[in-house]
Amino acid sequence: MPRDQQSIGEFAIEVDQLWRTYRTTTGTLRRHRLEIEAVRGISLRVEPGELFGLLGPNGAGKTTTIRVLCTLLLPTSGKVRVRGVDVVEHAREVRRQIGYVFGGDRGLYDRLSAIDNLRYFADLYALEPRRQRQRIEEVLELVGLEGRGRERVEGFARGMRQRLHLARGLLHDPPVLFFDEPTIGVDPVGAREVRQVISDLAKAGKTILLTTHYMFEADSLCDRIAVIAKGKIVAQGTPQQLKAGVRVGTVIEIEAYGVPERTVQRIRDLPEVDSVATEEREQAQLLTVQAREGSQLTGRLLQLLEGVRVERIAAREPTLEDAYVALVTAE
Amino acid sequence: MTALPRPLSEPLFRAGPAPLGWPRMVLSGWWYQLKMQAQSGFTVLVALIQPLIFASIAMADQQAGNRTLPLLYYALGAGIMGIWSTVVFGCGGALNWQRHQGMLEPLVIAPAPFVLVLLGITLGTASVGLYAMAATLLWGWLVFGAHLHFANLPAFALAVVATVVALGLLGLVLGSSFVLYRNSNALSNALEYPVWLVCGLLVPLSLLPGWTHPLAYVLAPTWGVEALRAAAIGGNPWLPLLWCGVASIAYLGLGVVLVRNVERLSRIHATLTFQ
Repeated sequence: MPRDQQSIGEFAIEVDQLWRTYRTTTGTLRRHRLEIEAVRGISLRVEPGELFGLLGPNGAGKTTTIRVLCTLLLPTSGKVRVRGVDVVEHAREVRRQIGYVFGGDRGLYDRLSAIDNLRYFADLYALEPRRQRQRIEEVLELVGLEGRGRERVEGFARGMRQRLHLARGLLHDPPVLFFDEPTIGVDPVGAREVRQVISDLAKAGKTILLTTHYMFEADSLCDRIAVIAKGKIVAQGTPQQLKAGVRVGTVIEIEAYGVPERTVQRIRDLPEVDSVATEEREQAQLLTVQAREGSQLTGRLLQLLEGVRVERIAAREPTLEDAYVALVTAE
Repeated sequence: MTALPRPLSEPLFRAGPAPLGWPRMVLSGWWYQLKMQAQSGFTVLVALIQPLIFASIAMADQQAGNRTLPLLYYALGAGIMGIWSTVVFGCGGALNWQRHQGMLEPLVIAPAPFVLVLLGITLGTASVGLYAMAATLLWGWLVFGAHLHFANLPAFALAVVATVVALGLLGLVLGSSFVLYRNSNALSNALEYPVWLVCGLLVPLSLLPGWTHPLAYVLAPTWGVEALRAAAIGGNPWLPLLWCGVASIAYLGLGVVLVRNVERLSRIHATLTFQ
């Protein structure tokens, strides 16, 4: 019996001190071994029926964590269980109980129809042959692809592919679902529909672990959220607890052209400044400066930006996204 | 989008022990792989054009040199060359293609034993090579006037199936290493020509140096082509067919061990995706 008796019924997902290191090499002639610690001692517990969000920037360790949970990667150390079953020792038992939906338009057979894609996976999941047709119709209808099942996937737009991913993840009716950035690249209407399905699944009692870049998505869907940065959990709690726990002071946005990196660093070095995020916007750059509450920085920022063409500089009210940025940049 | 499907009150999974679903998993993989590859212009060209060129050279040489072996002997050798090319390119290409498409992850996550998933893919790939067999026989008959008279037609049909299965299983052994190595296409290129030569597909084994024989005996194309030639031209096809079966069982055993190991290593080294 693979289940750990102490865990049954307590947690749907348990992660204790998970570490995951990637080993790689660099250089052409002189090969150097490199170790990258993608996940550094993550611990979390998800209750049955809970919708739990993992929020973090690219490279934070979200996908590595979800891949370990889905049995695609072995942990370097630590204990990981899904419904009390160890993902290292009993991978196949875990695989029967999980569905994995990932973002992007890959992960489907383009030359096959949507129905053939689902039929193949229905066989791999050993679904009863006499029930496959009905189940495939049900999941296609659920994701809004009814009537499109016989079309080849290569003709599908990104949003339709994402829905097909979703249908495949639900095919075997798993009690635990992992969604890895499920709305990435999907148009706003499609993304809203995907979020609605996730919300309905949670209401139907599924345990869901969702990774996302989008603060509003995590905020609107998740019962609890863990913010992850540089392989560590930097904050964990309900969306309300996270918002309350993060102090976000003044936010100043600067739209400018050709800001040198050393100037960005000088701004970062100002004692009142907590973080500076830069974003390229076609020719221009958008600098989002988070500073301590009550800081009067506009004059000093303009001084530092002397010689740079500044299009706009303005202070604004902090948003949830600012709170998230404050958490991940504080690491 | 509509409301959620009704909750599943009865078990969705097949009742009884898991192995009951295994043949269906392999057949399903075989069918969909065959369906996809048959739609791929590249795969069909590899299976068709190359063997026709080699068959033409060999048959023209046979006619010019007044050799004793019949044209069918060369046509069958060229057909097996086509199946082998499809297997080495198909296994390396198909698995790398699956990785590019992001398919390896969903396939590994499925609770089906990964060896059965790979087996369906490699058997499907080997079956595409039947294009080559049909094409070289037709080409030999139409262009060179080869007599398509089969001494033992049922044995010939059995030899075709046994050869395709054996090559598919050999593809499983190769494919397991292809999953692990991201640049497996380079390995495919290196494996194509030596096997053509060593297995006596165009030149009889007796003309090759003695040190190549042990290598030929462990490779299924040797026994496959021998069985096909014996069934078509005359001779005893049953002994090479038996060896083809023995080789298939050995490949399956080796494939199971390798795939298990490869699956474990890919979970350690994160080789299922391009990153």
